[in-house]
Amino acid sequence: MAGNLVQGAVFTVMVVRAGMLRDPAFEPELAEQIRRSPRFFLNAPVVLDLKDAAEFTDKEEFAEAKEILHRHTLTLIGVQNVTPAQLLAAAGAGLASFPPNAPQPSRSPPRAPTRSVPSPPAAAVKTRLVTQPVRSGTQIYARGADLVVTAAVSPGAEIIADGNIHVYGALRGRALAGAGGDVDARIFCSRLEAELISIAGRYLVSEQLPAEQHGFPVQIALVDERLTVTRN
Amino acid sequence: MAGKVIVLTSGKGGVGKTTSAAAIAAGLALRGHRTVVIDFDVGLRNLDLIMGCERRVVFDFINVINGDAKLNQALIKDKRNDSLYIFPTSQTRDKDALKRDGVERVLEELKDSFDYIVCDSPAGIEHGALTAMYFADSAIIVTNPEVSSVRDSDRIIGLLASKSRRAEFNLEPVAVHLLLSRYSPERVRKGEMLTVEDVKEILSIPLLGVIPESESVLRASNTGTPVVFDEESPAGRAYHDAVARFLGEQRELRFLQPERRSFFRALFGRA
Repeated sequence: MAGNLVQGAVFTVMVVRAGMLRDPAFEPELAEQIRRSPRFFLNAPVVLDLKDAAEFTDKEEFAEAKEILHRHTLTLIGVQNVTPAQLLAAAGAGLASFPPNAPQPSRSPPRAPTRSVPSPPAAAVKTRLVTQPVRSGTQIYARGADLVVTAAVSPGAEIIADGNIHVYGALRGRALAGAGGDVDARIFCSRLEAELISIAGRYLVSEQLPAEQHGFPVQIALVDERLTVTRN
Repeated sequence: MAGKVIVLTSGKGGVGKTTSAAAIAAGLALRGHRTVVIDFDVGLRNLDLIMGCERRVVFDFINVINGDAKLNQALIKDKRNDSLYIFPTSQTRDKDALKRDGVERVLEELKDSFDYIVCDSPAGIEHGALTAMYFADSAIIVTNPEVSSVRDSDRIIGLLASKSRRAEFNLEPVAVHLLLSRYSPERVRKGEMLTVEDVKEILSIPLLGVIPESESVLRASNTGTPVVFDEESPAGRAYHDAVARFLGEQRELRFLQPERRSFFRALFGRA
């Protein structure tokens, strides 16, 4: 991405299913396992798998999960298999988003540096097209696809896509692209007046958006982990 | 005869729905259309006061829905205009009394004898407001030039497009119109209120009229006379314009500039 500043690396990370955290037996069992091999677990990174755990929705719950694991010398670094709302809450608790494709609890560390085997080509997903104004209180989610809106998105409306978002009108509500964790997703709009923009869980609220770009056609991308707004 | 159902709705309270419902209904009646105005705000009955018929209420909308009274026992004929009828609601019941099939039956019956059925919606987006909008053919969104009102109106427009009978049965969508009320050109000029253009831009629906903030509206409410009966008042004339536009006439927007005070009025300090 940014020349020599950023280097890729592959790590093994433990995955804890969110449902287990609620199980009263979880903590004692975890403590027992750590007692057996304390060095392996010391400061080990953990990813929380939120599959079938829709009840995790707010920042506090993620902070609580972080604390439970921290009591056992583990460091919660991120989440996977999240819904867009969970992604936002998790980002609020300082957690990163991991792609949902690592079901095996342990994977051999020396992995190919790049994904040489692309995921099987799914049937081409059609871009979701919305031609009516997206009114306050409405939520539109383009699952696994791009979202194109050819009208305005009102304050209080929320548009979400796993891919890119294009708004050929004023963007006044919330726009969340790369909701499944795709850091390459972008947001394009003809007029930036958004309440919130987010890509892969990183977000800016309206008062953090650059004032000089307000009302202008822009695109928003993640560059070096930072949301960057550039005039089109 | 198949009457048209018009709902006046806004989401937000206190923006002038009931005042506008009374004025629009009276305006339609003054042009010779047989019109009834129904109060959907069960439990917070106000329309009868605004229409000045509160002392003649015997039966109400809920009685008719429940079959306890006949329609012609509950309808109150306006004393000022023969084409205008008022259909008051119950002050003692709540919104749950608005059963959808009952409301439908009453509206269908009204359609046989009226050209226009004007429904005054309660505030909010709950059962009462949803029932008031459900059967609408047209909607008049009453909005004040301020951000909270505009946002709520936007929400209501979205609900009309998804939760109305026309939406559910894939019929031609509800015709949605914007009525901007309590507009104060003076405050707009100072930047304290949104301009007409701001509101139109955000809501992107056709503008039916702009009603200037006016003392005559308060006076009209307190005396139980819809403001359109006041020929002198700018608000009354603005409602007449709105009714004319609703019926398809082209009229220039008025009252968008601060009222010019004449030299003598300014000199003697009279408003």
